[in-house]
Amino acid sequence: MVLTLVEHEDGEVDDVSLQTLALARDVAEQSGESLDAIAFGSDAEAIAEAVGAHGVETLQIVDDDALADYAPEAYGRAVAQCAEELGTEAVIAPGTDRGAETLAHAAAKLDVTMAAEVTAVEVGDAYELTRQRWGGTLIEHSKLTADTNVLTVAANEVSASETDGGAAAVEAFAPDVDDGDLRVRLAEVEESDVEGVPLGEARVVVSGGRGTDGDFSELEELVERVPNAALGSSRAAVNEGWRPHDDQIGQTGAKIAPEIYIPCGISGAVQHMVGCKGAENILAINTDPEAAIIQKADYAVIADLHEVAPAIAEELEARGHAE
Amino acid sequence: MEILTAIKRVPETGAKVSLTDDKLDIDTTSLGFTFSPHEECAVEEGVQLVEEHGGNVTVLTLGEADATEQLRSAIAMGADDGILLDGGDDEWGPVGTSKAIADAVGESGTDFDLLLFGNESADTANHQVGVRVAEELGLPCITGIKELDVADGTATAKREVPGGSEVYEIDLPAVITVKEGLNEPRYPSMRAKMQARKASVAERTPEPHEGDLELVELEVPESDDSPAEVLGEGPEAAADVVDVLEDLEVV
Ligand SMILES: Cc1cc2nc3c(=O)[nH]c(=O)nc-3n(C[C@H](O)[C@H](O)[C@H](O)COP(=O)(O)OP(=O)(O)OC[C@H]3O[C@@H](n4cnc5c(N)ncnc54)[C@H](O)[C@@H]3O)c2cc1C
Ligand SMILES: Nc1ncnc2c1ncn2[C@@H]1O[C@H](COP(=O)(O)O)[C@@H](O)[C@H]1O
Repeated sequence: MVLTLVEHEDGEVDDVSLQTLALARDVAEQSGESLDAIAFGSDAEAIAEAVGAHGVETLQIVDDDALADYAPEAYGRAVAQCAEELGTEAVIAPGTDRGAETLAHAAAKLDVTMAAEVTAVEVGDAYELTRQRWGGTLIEHSKLTADTNVLTVAANEVSASETDGGAAAVEAFAPDVDDGDLRVRLAEVEESDVEGVPLGEARVVVSGGRGTDGDFSELEELVERVPNAALGSSRAAVNEGWRPHDDQIGQTGAKIAPEIYIPCGISGAVQHMVGCKGAENILAINTDPEAAIIQKADYAVIADLHEVAPAIAEELEARGHAE
Repeated sequence: MEILTAIKRVPETGAKVSLTDDKLDIDTTSLGFTFSPHEECAVEEGVQLVEEHGGNVTVLTLGEADATEQLRSAIAMGADDGILLDGGDDEWGPVGTSKAIADAVGESGTDFDLLLFGNESADTANHQVGVRVAEELGLPCITGIKELDVADGTATAKREVPGGSEVYEIDLPAVITVKEGLNEPRYPSMRAKMQARKASVAERTPEPHEGDLELVELEVPESDDSPAEVLGEGPEAAADVVDVLEDLEVV
């Protein structure tokens, strides 16, 4: 059996978990095993329906007051125990903060390695994995041969796929956790007070790098003119203290997926580009025709951003596109 | 406070990555080395906490002997001393790395209050060494932290989630893994860099462990390197830019 950790908010299963189920179902089909899911909480019915439509036969539900709030080690313990009791051949989790954290605890407790950021599995004598390194700059092919193969699925790399299955059967799983597993607990959830469109949701992202020389005013004005637009930056601009880290796009910053990405004064380092892989179109503004970003862009303007950005804002206004 | 931070030497790649002939590694002949921005923040946080509460920051790495270069960069940022676990040229997987680090913590003779890690390493991104070290040492652990406060033996740690943040409380001693954005790492002064050259770095040879992923080969993903359509070479390109935006129906 293949066991998949599923995350949800009040019974609504999140996207990365559904993507994870698609990969897990593929693994289960290749190895002729059934697909089970494990989830925490009291919304068994809604979850069973959602995961059933993605190929899950049985949902193991952990509905325990002590685990009502997320607790990484206790959740990891529960997943490890469930895997051991049911004799699963693989345990798979979404590559989210919680998914990776829970599964790392589970893998440590099972004393097996965890393969992170997996995008495909071919099942033979071993699991032949394809997984991401360097945030997706490199692809790794490797073999996993543990008694229980433990892996996380890279977010937004695999498409979710529905089946015509009905709701999954529900079984209660009661893990044996102790106080030691509850040393770290979620104490509070705070809502963000940041205004404007979040980078991850913007349809247009304009960003600036070292080439701005610290002056972001024209880029800010351009963003204000466009609906659903957000301002981003490169790591160089953050390091210079010109922008907050929240604006950084790339391997160690935000991942964006806008309709169009407009990097201005950014050279196109691989660690920056993995953050904007999801962009449909890239329009680069750079003084250097040889800059790597020009190769990676669909459209380019070879010019000083401080001249081009205001000209675009003016043109938008002239054509009546004022926000 | 006694603080340990774990950093990993990785190549500093630019616009393009190329592989060695056997496809098992990045070709580093013309590359410099660094450590992850997450780990830079771990070092900075350790140094700031010691500035506030007193104590020592020990920085540890497992890697080839040349990784002392990264230990010295961290010492130049304000860490007090370094431990090199000389793992030779081979890549260590997360199980082996975690056990080696946990062994070294045990052998160090120091009771660390806080062990700081990156959320994931820059190159292999296994997302687990911090958690596994905590499990080996029986310590509590929280990952992916972007805001940290320590008072009276308790850490309050915040992690970003879509639309806000989650707050965790954790009693020390503990393992915390962090993300870039936690703080603004300082640039070491010339003088600090000179002094770091003379700082003490203990060397140990760790015990290898079996049971990790077996690397078959690496691959550089295909990217669309067809030339961009150049819309212009000056502000007069603005009209064409707005045409593109109109075509995409984003304005
Ligand atoms: C492990 C690791 C993780 C990293 N993570 C990230 C990350 O998440 N995000 C990230 O961005 N980087 C990241 N980096 C850093 C990355 O390697 C680059 O150093 C960084 O992206 C460079 O930023 P930049 O393009 O703004 O600066 P530069 O590379 O200095 O480029 C500046 C560009 O501006 C152009 N320019 C100059 N003046 C003008 C002008 N007036 N008008 C128009 N163009 C102009 C120049 O031609 C040049 O192309 C990471 C590095 C490492 C090692
Ligand atoms: N070889 C290593 N030497 C020192 N620290 C390491 C090493 N590998 C991983 N780490 C630490 O563990 C964190 C998570 O690594 P990983 O599990 O590989 O993603 C890194 O950010 C480092 O802080």
